[in-house]
Amino acid sequence: MIPPWAGPLLSALLFGLGVAAFFVKRDLISQFLAVEVMLAGGSLAFLTLPRPVGSADGQIMVVFVITVAAAEAAVGLAAILHAVRRRKTVRGADLKSLRG
Amino acid sequence: MAGFLAPLLFFVLAAVVLGGVAAMILSRDQAHGALFLVLSFAALGGVFGLFDAPFVAAVQVIVYAGAIMVLFLFVIMTIDPREGVAPEKAPRVFALAGVLGAALVALIVLAIRSPRAASALPAAAGPRPDAAALGELLVRKYLYPFEITSLLIVGALAGALVLLRKDPEP
Repeated sequence: MIPPWAGPLLSALLFGLGVAAFFVKRDLISQFLAVEVMLAGGSLAFLTLPRPVGSADGQIMVVFVITVAAAEAAVGLAAILHAVRRRKTVRGADLKSLRG
Repeated sequence: MAGFLAPLLFFVLAAVVLGGVAAMILSRDQAHGALFLVLSFAALGGVFGLFDAPFVAAVQVIVYAGAIMVLFLFVIMTIDPREGVAPEKAPRVFALAGVLGAALVALIVLAIRSPRAASALPAAAGPRPDAAALGELLVRKYLYPFEITSLLIVGALAGALVLLRKDPEP
């Protein structure tokens, strides 16, 4: 048997690593990849936490998470490409025209 | 899966998942980072399979590790590498990000271990769900979210097309 704490712990570690990666990385694409890591941690939590009660709803939620991640990747990557074309930079810190 | 094989596989796959993400953090090249994440997400598909979710495992490998990460790689290849600067890494940023991530992990573990989290789960123990049961659930209980998701995808498609439209610079 896989110990019951192992799955939730792995999902928490994935989410924490994603957050750390988001702050360590400086270019938009790697930061976006870090968000994908956080999403993966979230879907693992959806999958492992309802397991003791044998519910299938968590699996449906993972399917929705993956679908929304696909849509989000399409729009986000289009936005990044747009920013790169207009501003000639992929550094998140260079895009500060919205900063007061 | 009987005996010691499942925990062994789980810990090996978990090490691959976490190692792939760590390698993504440490790699300087965006394309290398994306490829490390492909490895990590494929191993995560294996973890899903170990948790009695074969359909979700297949979707994770095909859609996530396959389609979405290839989309990332396409965009990385489109961008001029001279514009993709190597991230400067101050040790201070590393330490702060590590502290933040560790604090978040501790918080999530505390939240999961709290008795309220256990009592919030519905007590509906049934047979182990298979792909047919998932499909049933998707078109009955989750019919509206399912349909709204298709609207979301159409919207995302239109949004991506509008964002990347070639218009004359103002």
